[in-house]
Amino acid sequence: MNAPASQGIGLQVRDLCKSYDGHAVLKHLTFEVPAGEIFVLMGPSGSGKTVLLKHLIGLESPDTGDILVAGQPVSDPGVMTRYRVAMVFQSGALLNSLTVGENVGLYLSEHRLKPPAEIARVVAEKLELLGLKGTADKIPAELSGGMKKRVAIARALVVEPQLIFYDEPTSELDPLIAVTIGREILNLNRRLQVTSIVVTHDRDLAFGIADRVALLHEGEILALGTPDEVQADPNPLVQRFLKADFRFTPEPALP
Amino acid sequence: MFQDIGEILLLLGRTLRALPHTLRQQRKVCDQLFEIGNASLLMACVLALFIGGVLALQTGPTLAERGLQSFIGQLVGLAVCRELAPVMMAVLIAGRIGSAMAAEIGSMRVYQEIDALRTMNINPVHYLVLPRLIAISIGLPVLVLFAILVGWMGGAVVSFFNQAIAVSFEGYFNSLRQGLEPLDVVNGLLKSFVFAVVIGVVSCHQGLSTIGGPRGIGRSVTKAVVNSIVLILLLDYFLTRILMHLHT
Ligand SMILES: Nc1ncnc2c1ncn2[C@@H]1O[C@H](COP(=O)(O)OP(=O)(O)OP(=O)(O)O)[C@@H](O)[C@H]1O
Ligand SMILES: [Mg+2]
Repeated sequence: MNAPASQGIGLQVRDLCKSYDGHAVLKHLTFEVPAGEIFVLMGPSGSGKTVLLKHLIGLESPDTGDILVAGQPVSDPGVMTRYRVAMVFQSGALLNSLTVGENVGLYLSEHRLKPPAEIARVVAEKLELLGLKGTADKIPAELSGGMKKRVAIARALVVEPQLIFYDEPTSELDPLIAVTIGREILNLNRRLQVTSIVVTHDRDLAFGIADRVALLHEGEILALGTPDEVQADPNPLVQRFLKADFRFTPEPALP
Repeated sequence: MFQDIGEILLLLGRTLRALPHTLRQQRKVCDQLFEIGNASLLMACVLALFIGGVLALQTGPTLAERGLQSFIGQLVGLAVCRELAPVMMAVLIAGRIGSAMAAEIGSMRVYQEIDALRTMNINPVHYLVLPRLIAISIGLPVLVLFAILVGWMGGAVVSFFNQAIAVSFEGYFNSLRQGLEPLDVVNGLLKSFVFAVVIGVVSCHQGLSTIGGPRGIGRSVTKAVVNSIVLILLLDYFLTRILMHLHT
């Protein structure tokens, strides 16, 4: 809360394992995200991306392994007070009993970081940025799926995070808004060196914004590197995931 | 249920440690208080009226047969303020407010709203449990005070109109005044305060430990209400023993 406004923080994961009811979801993950990087995490549905994010922000505790945020264990309660960290949930996770405006301003109002008038201004500004002008007094139940997602993004941006996790930020959005959000992720990162960890299935977004890309498959990292490195990875699983498309390929005609 | 008691006490401890933050949450406390009054005051009064009435109806004729009907005010008065008002109101509130707390917090749990709070470094105990516990600890004793007064009235009305009892209002309230000390009312309010804490903390705990989608929410609500009522009735006996001991 009192850290300087423009300083990303880094993240380290060492030998992270997690199973649910004997089913191993994360298997010995080790990687590092230096401060100020945009790290994109891709992978098939069910490969453990959401579970990984929940560990990284301290909502779940690992079976074994360490997660360090700015060099300190994320389980240490002090980490969340010393640093500003935010997460955009895959489902949005808006508070249904609050209005959109109250949701977006919640962090500021609960921690009394700004006077109410100033909070209202910040909220209006963030909502406008995400194309949600005039929705501040609605309740989440009145919004479409994509609108909820954008409110969730606005709520995370209000925190002015040093480290931000996006779980499929563009999954319910039309291409125009998806591009806006991709730009905003880049923008935040370039302007304030915000460390950003983005889970996405959107290959355009991933390779458009990533400093590095990791491909998760059944709880293991299959490939990790710059977008060019990953795209050139010879592993057939990687290629299949990256190259899958809808184009109709006729079976070779029998002679 | 009994394996949860440790966790429930832990939650109570964490909530008590959060008490200094009450002032920050005052708006939520007021909202919750309004909710309690709005949902239950009328119902509580109707219930209390009939409880006092039926008590007079059951005991009055027997007393009258032995020429003791002049004691009816004292009997109904004591039973209502020491026992029936606190216990019956607690059961009512467990059903109306405890269930709502478990459902609301349970759905926030299931739909990841509580996770979202935690990522914003907002403590769910401060944000959700504290205001509810404070509101119910104020609301239930106030409700019980109303119920005691209305219950006495119920007894008086039945004693007056029932031919087999036929005690005037004046006679009824004279007997009540002679047989009761202010301490008896305090006794009832003290009990209701303990019951309020039980309902609040059991229901919030149940909400917070909800797992498994909408069905899990339903299960939590049922467990919150049943566990609250069981604990209230068990505690009632021991509280009565303790308070009697302190009286003498
Ligand atoms: N709380 C839980 N209890 C048991 N199993 C879980 C739990 N959370 C996740 N899993 C399992 O972990 C695996 C990974 O789930 P996860 O939600 O991380 O997938 P994902 O990579 O985010 O997929 P998607 O792209 O569809 O969002 C799944 O097999 C899921 O069933
Ligand atoms: Mg996911």
